[in-house]
This record gives sequence, C-alpha cells and structure tokens, in this order.
Amino acid sequence: MSTHVAGPRGKVPASGTAPRPARRKPLTLRQVRRALLVYAGMAIALVVIVGPFAWLLISSVADKVDLLSRPLSWIPAHISLQRFIDLTVGTSPGDSQAEEFRSALGNSMLIASVTTLVGVSVGTVAAYAFSRFRFPGHGWMILAFMGTTMLPPIALLLPMYQIMNTLGLADTPVALMIIYSSFVTPYVVWLMRGYLDTIPRELDDAARVDGCSRLGVLWRIILPVSKPGLLSTALLAFLLAWDEFLYALVITQTNASRTIPVALNDFIGRYGVDFGRLATGGVIAAIPPLIIGFVFQRYIVAGLTAGSVKG
Amino acid sequence: MIEGKLHRAPVGRSKPWPETWVAAAFVAPAALVILLVVAIPLARAGWMSLFNIELTKPGVEPFVGLGNYITQLTSAGFWDSIYKALFFTVVTTVLELSLGTGLAMLMDQPMRFRWVLRSLVILPWALPTIVNALMWRWIDNATYGSLNALGTQLGFFHAYVPWLSQDTTAMWMVILADVWKMTPFCALLILAGLQGIDRDLFEAARVDGGGTVDIFRRIVLPLLTPIIMIVLVLRTMEAFKVFDLIWIMTGGGPASSTQTVAIYAYRTAYQGYDFGQGAALGYIIAIAIMLLAAVYLWLLRRTGTTES
Repeated sequence: MSTHVAGPRGKVPASGTAPRPARRKPLTLRQVRRALLVYAGMAIALVVIVGPFAWLLISSVADKVDLLSRPLSWIPAHISLQRFIDLTVGTSPGDSQAEEFRSALGNSMLIASVTTLVGVSVGTVAAYAFSRFRFPGHGWMILAFMGTTMLPPIALLLPMYQIMNTLGLADTPVALMIIYSSFVTPYVVWLMRGYLDTIPRELDDAARVDGCSRLGVLWRIILPVSKPGLLSTALLAFLLAWDEFLYALVITQTNASRTIPVALNDFIGRYGVDFGRLATGGVIAAIPPLIIGFVFQRYIVAGLTAGSVKG
Repeated sequence: MIEGKLHRAPVGRSKPWPETWVAAAFVAPAALVILLVVAIPLARAGWMSLFNIELTKPGVEPFVGLGNYITQLTSAGFWDSIYKALFFTVVTTVLELSLGTGLAMLMDQPMRFRWVLRSLVILPWALPTIVNALMWRWIDNATYGSLNALGTQLGFFHAYVPWLSQDTTAMWMVILADVWKMTPFCALLILAGLQGIDRDLFEAARVDGGGTVDIFRRIVLPLLTPIIMIVLVLRTMEAFKVFDLIWIMTGGGPASSTQTVAIYAYRTAYQGYDFGQGAALGYIIAIAIMLLAAVYLWLLRRTGTTES
C-alpha cells in the first residue's frame, strides 16, 4: 500500500505546483484533464443508460420492414403510431391480443392502486405503533415483518395457488390484491416507521393534552406532516405491485385477472413474436412507472435511501 | 382538556396497559394481513414438502418424510441450479457495486448538465422488470437484434451471434440485462452516502498533498463502507431469488445454462407437476437465504462496530 501511495503523491507537485498560484484565472492542466474525464464519463453513462431504451422506443414506432432489415437501419424510414392505437383504443375487431393487453392495463391499474391503498393504510398504522409505543414483542415483531420480505416468492407460490383455488379466488384480481398487499405491508411498516421517528413526539403529546384520541393524533396531526414520507412509500408500493410477475403468472388464467407483465409475456410465442408490437406494449407498460420515476424522483430516492439506511 | 380526562376514566392513566392494548390494535391489521398470506402458506408448504404430490397421479399422495429434501439435495440438477444462481449473484453484485460506485462518484462531480444524468439515471430502475427482459431479448435477438447489428457494423464481430441460445453467452446476456437495470439503483444509494460525507475532508486531504486515487481509497471508500455493505446485502438477496428476468429472456435455457434455483423450482413444480418436490425446493431456497441473511447480519454488525 505505502509504495502505491508514493506514486500519485510524487506526481502531483510536478504538474501541480507551477500553475497553482494562478488557480483562479486560467484552467490548470489538471482541471482540464479532470473536466475531459468527467464529461467523457458522463457521455458514456448517458449513452449506455438511454441507448437500450431509445431502441425500444424506436422499435415501437418503426415499420416492420425497418425492424427486420439487414443491415439494420437505425433510423426507420417509416414511422407510425398504429401499434399504439391498436393496443390502446383498438380498431381491429378480433384482435384478441390487443384485447388482452387492454384488460390487463385496467387490471394492473386497479390491483396496484388497491394494493397501495391497503398496504399503506394498514402499514402506516402499524408503523405508528412501532414508532411511538413500547410494548412486549416490539423488537421481534419488526424483525418478523422484515423477515417476510426475505422469503423467496417461490416458496409460497404453491400453497398460495391452492389456497386461492379452494377459496374460489383463483383468476380474480382480488387474489392478487390480497397477495400483493401482504408483500407491500412490511416495506410500508419499515419505511414509515423510519419516517415517523423523525417527527418530534412533542406534537403527539401536545395533541393528547388537548384531548385528541390516539387515532385522532395519527389522523389529524401526524399524517398531515408525513405527506412526503407517505408519498414515497405509496409510490414504491405501487411500483412493486405493477412489476410483479411470478404470482400473476400462476394465479391468473383469463382476461378477468391478467396483469400487464403476464399479458406482455403472452406476446411471446403465441402467434410467433411480433417484435414491433412487443416493443409498443413494453413502452406502454413502462409509462406509469417512468412517470412516477421522473416526476417524483426526489421522493423515490428518499424512500429508497431511507429504506436501506434506517435501522 | 377537561373533556379528554373525562373520556378516559380512572384506569386510563396507568401507563403500560392501555398503551400495549392500543399498540396491539394498531399492529393487528398489518400482522393479520401478513399472517394470513405468509404464515399460513408457509406452514402449508412445509406440510406439502413432506408428501409425494404429483399432479399426474391424482389421489395418491403418500407421506415421504424428508424424502423430497433428500432427493433434491442429492440431485445433480439441483446443485447445478444452485451454482448458476450463485454465479449470477456474485457476478451481478460485484459489477453493480463497482459500476454503481463509479457512477455515483461521477454524478457527484461538479459539472454542467449534471442534472440530466441525475434524472435520467432512474430510467433503468423504473423500467418494469418484464419490459427490461423483453427489451434485452429483442436487443439480443439472433437474426434481427440491434446488438448484432451494432457489433457487425462497428466490426467487433463478423457474423450474427445467437446470444441467448448458445450456452456460452446466454448467462452473460442475462447478467448484462440485470446490471443495466440495477446499477443505477446502487449508484443512487451510494450517491446519497457520498453526499453525507463532509466536503472539508477532501479539501484537507488535497491540501496535505493527497492525489485523487489516494483520497478515494483512504477517505471516500472507508466512509462509504456502511452504505456499500447495505447495498451488497440487498442486491445479493434479490439476485439469488432471480426469476422474472431469466424466465422471460431464456426460460432457463438453452438446456439448463441459465437455470437458476428459482427457475429450477418453478420448472419442477409447474412443468414437472411435482408439487411435493416443488414445495421442498421452496423451503430449501428460503433456508439458504436465511443463512445468507444471518451471515450478512453478522458481517454488518462487525463492520458497524469497527466504524464506531
């Protein structure tokens, strides 16, 4: 280690001491080199990050002829939004794939919204208890909650499938709402407990003295000041439900309950793969999460870091 | 004030009891949801794993004890899938952490248009896993894929390569897709850690004549260790369970070259119609992950104590 350190240290004065007095005026060689490095890095990062998705976007509007040409033409000669119209509004009757996709969009919206609502309300109330009250089992209950998030979904898949069958809930959106709510709740508890811990207890005490009930304190005093935390938690819960594939694959069988990931999976193979349509479906499916990601980036990142750093 | 006191009769003021009851009422709904949807299926899976349940033989479900576990733990296919899962986990985690650290450092540099990078970086993470998998499947396509087009047009290789259907490249393509999606996640978390570091430390080190590499190794990296450890834990646990991405891109193939343990379990249960074996496999994976968690917890605690 010590020999390594000597290298850069020895070099620095050679290139760095001479221009150092004039630091403020022209750029030093070191600064120029640094800037070049930084901007080159940024350019590479941007190309790598955006490139694959840009190709998906191009594929979604490009004509089939352009997509299947060799050598590949990167900028398609013919562009149309026809596939977007087919999949969303649907002009051609008998297009069962588009029909499935449309109903899946509705199902996914419904399931993810209900999951978010149930998970966030149930989880926040529990988080409040964990944040404010001391009670027997406080510690191990949090551990148990977090332990469930580590369970591999595949371990619960078979019995869940059978239970839903016996309850008559197989192939219903309700089955997925129940399952996803249970997946989301521990995350909500974890995130919201962390958030509520940052809110001073004096607020609760003051409200209690003024005659507020415990639930009243939570509802009227704490929740209004927890909006940022609630927002980031809700968004993450929504994304989790929107993304889920394994359970949906097994529980859903028809358009009654199929979600977006399953519908997209069905694009493969059933009638041979139409890559243009696949790309279009993928772009549509990505719109809600991308809007969430870009518009609420601050909250998402706050939620992610809080969730991983707290505790 | 008076109202509040009246409402809560004499007992109300003895602290411990009411608080426990209130807490129980508050926690109950969440506990119930989790109990019903996690604990019951988990118990049932444990029970199922002790029987020979093959859907091809309805009505015949003999008790086999730990037979299913023994069958799996002595099968070559199972150990191969464990190896595949470990390979996927180690390679993706190492790549995502190192590239993520680099990306985070880059996003931390003062530069113009930094906001462009900082906002676009969330794109891969926000993209649904299924869409990511389909996108890479299309990019890696053997006859029309853009990866082949790009590679041949730039002269990296001359013939189109069937990336996903040859066993030497399939796993690497799956890894590439995962690294593309999850590196930004790691970078965002590490960036948050970087921003928590006191800038004066850099200045002080620079004044003392420390070079960039020096500062990174002596100051930045040690201070980032806690957050890197956490990201490491999160990523390994997720990666070991990987299913969606591989299922969509390769289905575990060609042959079993990308068949990680979750894919193997799914195939055993739903394509082999062997629910007993499937349940046993689920338990084995769960236990493996719990062991991993225990090791990490121990490691975290150790680095935690050395930090403070």
